[in-house]
Amino acid sequence: MSSVARAWREYPGKYNLEGTRCGNCGMIFFPGRDFCPKCRRDSIGKMEKYRVRKDGEVFSFSIIHDAPACNSFLKPYAVAMVKTGDGVLVEGQLVDVELDKISIGMPVRAVLRKLDEDGASGVIHYGFKFVPAL
Amino acid sequence: MRDVAIIGVGATKFGELWDRSFRSIGIEAGMKAIEDANLSGGEIDCLFIGNMSAGRFINQQHIDALIADYSGMATNNIPAVRVEAGGASGGVAFGQGVMAVASGVHDTVLVGGAEKMTDLDDTSINTVMDATADAEWESGMGLTLASLYAMIARRVMHEGMATREEIASVAVNSHFHGALNPGAQFRKEVPLETVLRSGPVAEPLGMFDCAPITDGAAAVVLCPLEEAKKHTDNYVRVAAVAQGSDTLALSQRRDITTFGATVAASKKAYEMAGITASDISVAEIHDDFSISGILALQDLGFYKRGEAGKAFLNGETRVGAGRIAVNTSGGLKARGYPIGASGVAQIAEITEQLRGKADKRQVPNAKYGLAQSVGGTGSAVTVSIMEAI
Repeated sequence: MSSVARAWREYPGKYNLEGTRCGNCGMIFFPGRDFCPKCRRDSIGKMEKYRVRKDGEVFSFSIIHDAPACNSFLKPYAVAMVKTGDGVLVEGQLVDVELDKISIGMPVRAVLRKLDEDGASGVIHYGFKFVPAL
Repeated sequence: MRDVAIIGVGATKFGELWDRSFRSIGIEAGMKAIEDANLSGGEIDCLFIGNMSAGRFINQQHIDALIADYSGMATNNIPAVRVEAGGASGGVAFGQGVMAVASGVHDTVLVGGAEKMTDLDDTSINTVMDATADAEWESGMGLTLASLYAMIARRVMHEGMATREEIASVAVNSHFHGALNPGAQFRKEVPLETVLRSGPVAEPLGMFDCAPITDGAAAVVLCPLEEAKKHTDNYVRVAAVAQGSDTLALSQRRDITTFGATVAASKKAYEMAGITASDISVAEIHDDFSISGILALQDLGFYKRGEAGKAFLNGETRVGAGRIAVNTSGGLKARGYPIGASGVAQIAEITEQLRGKADKRQVPNAKYGLAQSVGGTGSAVTVSIMEAI
C-alpha cells in the first residue's frame, strides 16, 4: 500500500475493528458498510459505528509459504478467518503461535501489530492481528 | 432475442511463451478462430476481449484498442470492448458477445481472451492475483488468494465434505486430460502422491493444487444461429449464458463450502437451456485451485454434497469413464491458466467436443457441454451451456 490517505482513512477498522451495525435489522458488518445489503434504503442514515468484539475463535486457517514480497521475511506465517464473539467473520494474520498447534475452534483475540511499511522512509502501517487467547 | 451459434474457435499453445508478446498471442488466437469460421475477418462487427490485468502484467492499459489495431479490425473502425472480472474475465466477455448477437445489435462477433503473465516476476504475479480478492481487507491484511482457497479447503475437510486425497485428485484428473491435449502447458499425468507431497503454497494446499502461471490466448466467433450454415457445417448452438455475483471478501459469507454465484448462475443457465444438470456430458470447470473443482461439481448440480470428491478420486470424471467428463482440456491446472483467456478457452474446448473434434480426449455423443468461469473466491461466476447441432 502506498497512499498515506488510503491508510489513514481505514484507521478505525484496522486499529479498533470498527465496523457498522444496521439500525434497522441489527446486522453487524466488518468492514463497515454505508448501508445494509439486506435492508438497502431502509438502512440509509441508520448505520451506526460498531466496534466488533476482539475475542473469537478460529473458523478456518492456512499457513502461507508463498508470500507477497512485503511479508517474505515472515514466512511461513498463519492467516485465519476468526468468528468473533459477535458472530462476525474477520480475516487476519494469526501470530505468536506455534504453527502446528493451530486448530479450528481455537480461542484467539485481536491485538495491534505492524502490518507493513512503505520502504525505509515511508509510512509504517499498523493493524490488528490475532494471537492465541490465554 | 436471437439464437446464437459458435462458428469458429482458436487458441494458442498455453505455456511460458517467452518469445511471444501479448499482441502476438492475442492475434494468433483471433486469426485461428476467424479461419476456422471460414471468414476473412472483415465480417466481424464487434470485438470483446477478456483480460484481467494487462495493466499490471505488461504495463499496457487500453488493450481493446491494441487488439483492434493489430488484428486489422480498426481499419473498419468497429467497436472493441475489454472486459475484466478477475478470473471470470473470459467467461464474462463471452457472455457479453453472446448478448450482443442475441440482441440484434451485432451480427458477427469475435470474443477473445488473452493474458501475458510471464513478463512479470513470480512474486509480483501472485500479488496481481491477490488483488482479485478484497485488496483492503484480505490481501491488505497479509492474506493471499491461495490462502483464501486453502481456508475453504480446510473448512471443507473439517465439515467432512471431502478428504485431502479427494481434493488433490482434482489436479490428478486435470493432468490426466492435459496429457492428451497438444495445446496444454503440462502434458503429463501426475500421481496422487505427487500432488500430496508437493511443496506447500498455503497449507493445506501445495504447488500441485494450484494452477500455474501461463501465457496464452483463445478466441471464438459468434453469429446468429440462422446464419451459421452460410459459413460452416460444423457449428454449435449457445443454449445459455448466465452470470452470478457474490460478496467480494470471503468473510462476508455464512458458508464458505459453496459458491452461491455458481449455484445461481447454473440454475439460471439450466432454465434458459431447458435442461437439467444430468443432460450435460462434458464440463470445463474453473480449477484455479484443486478445491474449486469439488465446489464446482456440487454447486453445478452434478453431484450431491460430499460426493464430488469421491467422483474425482474414483476417476469417474475422466473421459469415457462416467456420466460426465470434467476438464477434458486439462483444465486450468494442466492446460494452464492465462487468466483472461481461460474462460474463452473453456468455450473453445466445449465447442470442439460438441463438434466431435476433440481427438484423443473426445467424449462420445456429447449433446450438451458446460463451462464455468470464476473470479476471485466465487465473487463472479459465469455458466455457459452449448448444444451440439
